[in-house]
Amino acid sequence: MRQDLVPLIVKQIHELNGQHGVKVPADLSSDTPLFGREGILESLGLVSLVVSVEQAIEDEFGVSISLADDRALAQTKSPYRTVASLAEYAGHLIQQVEGQHG
Amino acid sequence: MDRPVTLVTGTRKGIGRFLAEHFVRLGHRVIGCSRSEFDGTLEHYVHYRVDVSDEQGVKQLVADVRKTWGRLDHLINNAGIASMNHSLLTPLSTVRDVLTTNVVGTFLFCREAAKVMKTMRFGRIVNLTTVAVPLKLEGEAAYVASKAAVLSLTQVLAKELADFGITVNALGPVPTETDLIRSVPKDKIDRLLSRQAIPRFGTFEDIANVVDFYFKPESGFITGQCLYLGGV
Repeated sequence: MRQDLVPLIVKQIHELNGQHGVKVPADLSSDTPLFGREGILESLGLVSLVVSVEQAIEDEFGVSISLADDRALAQTKSPYRTVASLAEYAGHLIQQVEGQHG
Repeated sequence: MDRPVTLVTGTRKGIGRFLAEHFVRLGHRVIGCSRSEFDGTLEHYVHYRVDVSDEQGVKQLVADVRKTWGRLDHLINNAGIASMNHSLLTPLSTVRDVLTTNVVGTFLFCREAAKVMKTMRFGRIVNLTTVAVPLKLEGEAAYVASKAAVLSLTQVLAKELADFGITVNALGPVPTETDLIRSVPKDKIDRLLSRQAIPRFGTFEDIANVVDFYFKPESGFITGQCLYLGGV
Protein backbone atom coordinates (compact mmCIF):
# COMPACT_ATOMS: atom_id res chain seq x y z
CA MET A 1 0.00 0.00 0.00
CA ARG A 2 2.83 2.39 0.89
CA GLN A 3 4.24 2.19 -2.65
CA ASP A 4 0.81 3.17 -3.99
CA LEU A 5 0.36 6.12 -1.67
CA VAL A 6 3.74 7.86 -1.94
CA PRO A 7 3.12 9.11 -5.51
CA LEU A 8 -0.40 10.18 -4.53
CA ILE A 9 0.98 12.23 -1.62
CA VAL A 10 3.82 13.67 -3.73
CA LYS A 11 1.26 14.78 -6.33
CA GLN A 12 -0.81 16.54 -3.66
CA ILE A 13 2.30 18.30 -2.30
CA HIS A 14 3.14 19.59 -5.79
CA GLU A 15 -0.40 20.93 -6.13
CA LEU A 16 0.09 22.91 -2.92
CA ASN A 17 3.22 24.61 -4.23
CA GLY A 18 2.97 28.35 -3.70
CA GLN A 19 -0.02 28.14 -1.36
CA HIS A 20 0.24 28.74 2.39
CA GLY A 21 3.98 29.40 2.06
CA VAL A 22 4.69 25.92 0.65
CA LYS A 23 7.91 25.68 -1.38
CA VAL A 24 8.34 22.21 -2.81
CA PRO A 25 12.02 21.16 -2.93
CA ALA A 26 13.42 19.83 -6.20
CA ASP A 27 14.46 16.59 -4.51
CA LEU A 28 11.05 15.79 -2.99
CA SER A 29 11.04 12.12 -2.00
CA SER A 30 9.48 9.73 0.47
CA ASP A 31 12.05 10.83 3.08
CA THR A 32 11.35 14.55 2.76
CA PRO A 33 10.42 15.97 6.18
CA LEU A 34 6.91 17.41 6.01
CA PHE A 35 6.34 19.01 9.37
CA GLY A 36 8.55 19.91 12.28
CA ARG A 37 11.94 21.62 12.48
CA GLU A 38 13.06 20.80 8.95
CA GLY A 39 9.64 20.28 7.46
CA ILE A 40 8.55 21.94 4.23
CA LEU A 41 5.08 22.73 5.60
CA GLU A 42 3.79 25.30 8.07
CA SER A 43 0.62 24.42 9.96
CA LEU A 44 -1.81 25.69 7.30
CA GLY A 45 0.15 23.85 4.63
CA LEU A 46 -0.06 20.67 6.68
CA VAL A 47 -3.81 21.09 7.14
CA SER A 48 -4.22 21.59 3.40
CA LEU A 49 -2.09 18.57 2.54
CA VAL A 50 -3.93 16.28 4.97
CA VAL A 51 -7.31 17.34 3.57
CA SER A 52 -6.23 16.96 -0.06
CA VAL A 53 -4.70 13.52 0.63
CA GLU A 54 -7.95 12.39 2.32
CA GLN A 55 -9.92 13.57 -0.72
CA ALA A 56 -7.51 11.98 -3.21
CA ILE A 57 -7.76 8.65 -1.35
CA GLU A 58 -11.56 8.95 -1.41
CA ASP A 59 -11.47 9.60 -5.17
CA GLU A 60 -8.92 6.90 -6.07
CA PHE A 61 -9.79 4.10 -3.65
CA GLY A 62 -13.40 4.93 -2.76
CA VAL A 63 -12.46 4.77 0.91
CA SER A 64 -13.28 7.52 3.37
CA ILE A 65 -10.63 7.87 6.07
CA SER A 66 -9.74 10.54 8.59
CA LEU A 67 -6.06 11.36 8.78
CA ALA A 68 -6.67 13.48 11.89
CA ASP A 69 -4.32 12.49 14.66
CA ASP A 70 -3.58 13.81 18.14
CA ARG A 71 0.13 13.25 17.60
CA ALA A 72 0.19 15.79 14.77
CA LEU A 73 2.60 18.13 16.52
CA ALA A 74 4.85 15.47 18.10
CA GLN A 75 8.36 15.59 16.66
CA THR A 76 9.10 11.88 16.87
CA LYS A 77 5.78 10.03 16.64
CA SER A 78 3.75 12.24 14.33
CA PRO A 79 2.39 10.43 11.29
CA TYR A 80 2.99 13.68 9.40
CA ARG A 81 6.80 13.61 9.86
CA THR A 82 7.68 12.60 6.32
CA VAL A 83 6.00 11.61 3.07
CA ALA A 84 6.75 7.97 3.93
CA SER A 85 5.27 8.14 7.45
CA LEU A 86 2.12 9.79 6.11
CA ALA A 87 1.85 7.13 3.40
CA GLU A 88 2.27 4.40 5.98
CA TYR A 89 -0.31 5.93 8.30
CA ALA A 90 -2.84 6.41 5.48
CA GLY A 91 -2.23 2.87 4.24
CA HIS A 92 -2.86 1.51 7.71
CA LEU A 93 -6.17 3.41 7.98
CA ILE A 94 -7.29 2.24 4.53
CA GLN A 95 -6.63 -1.36 5.54
CA GLN A 96 -8.60 -0.81 8.75
CA VAL A 97 -11.62 0.54 6.87
CA GLU A 98 -11.42 -2.17 4.18
CA GLY A 99 -11.13 -4.79 6.94
CA GLN A 100 -14.35 -3.46 8.52
CA HIS A 101 -16.21 -3.71 5.23
CA GLY A 102 -14.59 -6.83 3.93
CA MET B 1 -28.34 26.13 -13.38
CA ASP B 2 -25.44 26.10 -10.96
CA ARG B 3 -27.30 25.98 -7.67
CA PRO B 4 -25.51 26.73 -4.41
CA VAL B 5 -25.38 23.62 -2.24
CA THR B 6 -26.68 24.03 1.30
CA LEU B 7 -26.42 21.33 3.94
CA VAL B 8 -28.84 21.47 6.88
CA THR B 9 -28.76 19.01 9.77
CA GLY B 10 -31.91 17.92 11.59
CA THR B 11 -34.35 18.53 8.74
CA ARG B 12 -37.11 16.07 9.60
CA LYS B 13 -39.16 18.70 11.42
CA GLY B 14 -39.20 22.12 13.07
CA ILE B 15 -36.58 24.74 12.29
CA GLY B 16 -34.47 22.40 10.16
CA ARG B 17 -37.39 21.43 7.94
CA PHE B 18 -38.38 25.06 7.52
CA LEU B 19 -34.82 26.04 6.59
CA ALA B 20 -34.61 23.19 4.05
CA GLU B 21 -37.84 24.39 2.39
CA HIS B 22 -36.73 28.02 2.62
CA PHE B 23 -33.44 27.44 0.82
CA VAL B 24 -35.06 25.25 -1.82
CA ARG B 25 -37.42 28.18 -2.48
CA LEU B 26 -34.37 30.44 -2.84
CA GLY B 27 -32.97 28.16 -5.55
CA HIS B 28 -30.44 26.18 -3.53
CA ARG B 29 -29.72 22.47 -3.80
CA VAL B 30 -30.46 21.39 -0.22
CA ILE B 31 -28.99 18.34 1.46
CA GLY B 32 -30.59 17.39 4.75
CA CYS B 33 -30.19 14.71 7.33
CA SER B 34 -31.85 13.25 10.37
CA ARG B 35 -31.87 9.93 12.17
CA SER B 36 -35.12 8.99 10.44
CA GLU B 37 -36.76 9.29 7.05
CA PHE B 38 -37.96 12.61 5.63
CA ASP B 39 -41.76 12.75 5.31
CA GLY B 40 -42.91 13.70 1.84
CA THR B 41 -40.82 14.98 -1.03
CA LEU B 42 -39.19 18.26 -1.80
CA GLU B 43 -37.76 19.18 -5.19
CA HIS B 44 -34.00 19.84 -5.23
CA TYR B 45 -33.76 18.27 -1.78
CA VAL B 46 -31.84 15.10 -0.93
CA HIS B 47 -32.22 13.43 2.44
CA TYR B 48 -29.69 11.26 4.25
CA ARG B 49 -30.41 9.14 7.27
CA VAL B 50 -27.49 9.73 9.56
CA ASP B 51 -26.81 10.28 13.22
CA VAL B 52 -24.85 13.55 13.41
CA SER B 53 -22.42 12.07 15.93
CA ASP B 54 -21.55 9.07 13.74
CA GLU B 55 -18.14 10.01 12.33
CA GLN B 56 -18.18 7.54 9.45
CA GLY B 57 -21.77 8.42 8.54
CA VAL B 58 -21.02 12.14 8.48
CA LYS B 59 -17.84 11.61 6.46
CA GLN B 60 -19.75 9.49 3.95
CA LEU B 61 -22.52 12.07 3.60
CA VAL B 62 -20.09 14.93 2.95
CA ALA B 63 -18.02 12.76 0.58
CA ASP B 64 -21.22 12.02 -1.38
CA VAL B 65 -22.01 15.72 -1.60
CA ARG B 66 -18.50 16.47 -2.89
CA LYS B 67 -18.65 13.68 -5.47
CA THR B 68 -22.19 14.39 -6.64
CA TRP B 69 -22.27 18.19 -6.75
CA GLY B 70 -18.58 19.09 -6.48
CA ARG B 71 -19.27 21.88 -4.04
CA LEU B 72 -20.64 22.77 -0.64
CA ASP B 73 -21.44 26.44 -0.10
CA HIS B 74 -23.34 26.51 3.17
CA LEU B 75 -23.73 24.44 6.30
CA ILE B 76 -26.38 24.98 8.98
CA ASN B 77 -25.82 22.94 12.12
CA ASN B 78 -29.37 22.82 13.37
CA ALA B 79 -29.72 19.28 14.73
CA GLY B 80 -29.94 19.33 18.47
CA ILE B 81 -31.57 17.81 21.49
CA ALA B 82 -32.56 19.46 24.75
CA SER B 83 -32.98 18.31 28.28
CA MET B 84 -35.24 20.37 30.49
CA ASN B 85 -34.53 19.16 33.98
CA HIS B 86 -32.90 20.17 37.23
CA SER B 87 -29.24 19.14 37.21
CA LEU B 88 -29.73 17.00 40.33
CA LEU B 89 -32.37 14.99 38.48
CA THR B 90 -30.51 14.64 35.18
CA PRO B 91 -29.16 11.16 34.38
CA LEU B 92 -25.59 10.98 33.11
CA SER B 93 -26.81 9.22 29.97
CA THR B 94 -28.87 12.33 29.14
CA VAL B 95 -25.87 14.60 29.63
CA ARG B 96 -23.82 12.39 27.31
CA ASP B 97 -26.58 12.31 24.68
CA VAL B 98 -27.00 16.09 24.72
CA LEU B 99 -23.25 16.74 24.48
CA THR B 100 -22.77 14.11 21.81
CA THR B 101 -25.52 15.35 19.51
CA ASN B 102 -25.08 19.08 20.07
CA VAL B 103 -21.32 19.43 20.42
CA VAL B 104 -19.78 16.38 18.75
CA GLY B 105 -22.32 16.51 15.89
CA THR B 106 -21.65 20.19 15.25
CA PHE B 107 -17.88 19.65 15.39
CA LEU B 108 -17.98 16.73 12.95
CA PHE B 109 -20.11 18.53 10.37
CA CYS B 110 -17.98 21.68 10.63
CA ARG B 111 -14.80 19.64 10.18
CA GLU B 112 -15.98 17.64 7.19
CA ALA B 113 -17.83 20.51 5.47
CA ALA B 114 -14.84 22.83 5.88
CA LYS B 115 -12.65 20.34 4.00
CA VAL B 116 -14.87 20.70 0.92
CA MET B 117 -15.37 24.46 1.36
CA LYS B 118 -11.60 24.90 1.70
CA THR B 119 -11.01 23.68 -1.83
CA MET B 120 -13.56 26.23 -3.09
CA ARG B 121 -12.02 28.94 -0.91
CA PHE B 122 -15.56 29.85 0.07
CA GLY B 123 -17.97 28.64 2.70
CA ARG B 124 -20.55 29.79 5.17
CA ILE B 125 -21.23 27.88 8.37
CA VAL B 126 -24.04 28.79 10.77
CA ASN B 127 -24.37 26.98 14.10
CA LEU B 128 -27.53 27.13 16.15
CA THR B 129 -27.14 27.98 19.80
CA THR B 130 -29.75 29.52 22.11
CA VAL B 131 -30.58 32.58 24.21
CA ALA B 132 -30.51 30.20 27.16
CA VAL B 133 -26.69 30.58 27.07
CA PRO B 134 -26.49 34.36 27.82
CA LEU B 135 -29.55 34.03 30.10
CA LYS B 136 -27.79 31.20 31.98
CA LEU B 137 -31.15 29.53 32.17
CA GLU B 138 -31.71 27.34 35.18
CA GLY B 139 -33.24 23.92 34.65
CA GLU B 140 -31.32 23.25 31.44
CA ALA B 141 -27.73 22.81 32.63
CA ALA B 142 -26.65 20.15 30.15
CA TYR B 143 -28.38 21.83 27.20
CA VAL B 144 -27.00 25.28 28.04
CA ALA B 145 -23.49 23.89 28.57
CA SER B 146 -23.66 22.11 25.22
CA LYS B 147 -24.79 25.25 23.40
CA ALA B 148 -22.12 27.35 25.18
CA ALA B 149 -19.65 24.84 23.76
CA VAL B 150 -21.18 25.32 20.30
CA LEU B 151 -20.63 29.06 20.68
CA SER B 152 -16.98 28.60 21.68
CA LEU B 153 -16.50 26.17 18.82
CA THR B 154 -17.96 28.77 16.44
CA GLN B 155 -15.58 31.46 17.67
CA VAL B 156 -12.45 29.29 17.44
CA LEU B 157 -13.37 27.78 14.06
CA ALA B 158 -13.99 31.30 12.73
CA LYS B 159 -10.30 31.98 13.34
CA GLU B 160 -9.02 28.62 12.14
CA LEU B 161 -11.04 28.67 8.92
CA ALA B 162 -10.73 32.35 8.00
CA ASP B 163 -7.66 31.68 5.85
CA PHE B 164 -9.74 29.33 3.72
CA GLY B 165 -12.46 31.90 2.96
CA ILE B 166 -14.92 30.26 5.33
CA THR B 167 -17.01 32.24 7.81
CA VAL B 168 -18.45 30.61 10.93
CA ASN B 169 -21.22 32.31 12.86
CA ALA B 170 -23.88 31.41 15.37
CA LEU B 171 -27.50 32.26 15.88
CA GLY B 172 -29.35 32.13 19.17
CA PRO B 173 -33.10 31.83 18.78
CA VAL B 174 -35.59 32.58 21.55
CA PRO B 175 -38.20 29.89 22.29
CA THR B 176 -39.86 28.89 19.04
CA GLU B 177 -42.95 26.71 18.99
CA THR B 178 -41.25 23.40 18.24
CA ASP B 179 -41.21 19.94 19.78
CA LEU B 180 -38.11 20.91 21.72
CA ILE B 181 -40.06 23.13 24.12
CA ARG B 182 -43.44 21.40 24.03
CA SER B 183 -42.81 19.80 27.41
CA VAL B 184 -41.77 23.02 29.15
CA PRO B 185 -44.41 24.37 31.59
CA LYS B 186 -46.21 27.52 30.42
CA ASP B 187 -45.18 29.64 33.42
CA LYS B 188 -41.54 28.86 32.72
CA ILE B 189 -41.90 29.89 29.09
CA ASP B 190 -43.68 33.10 30.14
CA ARG B 191 -40.85 33.92 32.57
CA LEU B 192 -38.32 33.31 29.82
CA LEU B 193 -40.18 35.46 27.28
CA SER B 194 -40.36 38.29 29.83
CA ARG B 195 -36.53 38.43 29.86
CA GLN B 196 -36.49 39.35 26.17
CA ALA B 197 -36.64 42.98 24.98
CA ILE B 198 -39.43 41.86 22.65
CA PRO B 199 -41.41 39.31 24.67
CA ARG B 200 -42.85 36.97 22.05
CA PHE B 201 -42.11 33.55 20.63
CA GLY B 202 -39.63 33.48 17.79
CA THR B 203 -40.76 32.34 14.37
CA PHE B 204 -39.00 30.19 11.81
CA GLU B 205 -38.92 33.25 9.56
CA ASP B 206 -36.97 35.18 12.23
CA ILE B 207 -34.34 32.45 12.15
CA ALA B 208 -34.20 32.19 8.35
CA ASN B 209 -33.73 35.95 8.16
CA VAL B 210 -30.53 35.78 10.24
CA VAL B 211 -29.20 32.83 8.22
CA ASP B 212 -29.93 34.75 5.00
CA PHE B 213 -27.92 37.64 6.41
CA TYR B 214 -24.92 35.41 7.19
CA PHE B 215 -25.13 33.84 3.71
CA LYS B 216 -25.23 37.17 1.84
CA PRO B 217 -22.17 37.79 -0.38
CA GLU B 218 -21.74 41.09 1.48
CA SER B 219 -21.38 39.24 4.81
CA GLY B 220 -17.93 37.84 4.00
CA PHE B 221 -16.32 40.08 6.64
CA ILE B 222 -18.61 38.81 9.42
CA THR B 223 -17.30 35.81 11.29
CA GLY B 224 -17.12 34.46 14.84
CA GLN B 225 -20.30 36.32 15.75
CA CYS B 226 -23.47 35.24 17.51
CA LEU B 227 -26.73 37.03 16.87
CA TYR B 228 -29.41 36.57 19.54
CA LEU B 229 -33.03 37.15 18.65
CA GLY B 230 -35.61 39.03 20.71
CA GLY B 231 -33.20 41.53 22.21
CA VAL B 232 -31.51 39.16 24.64
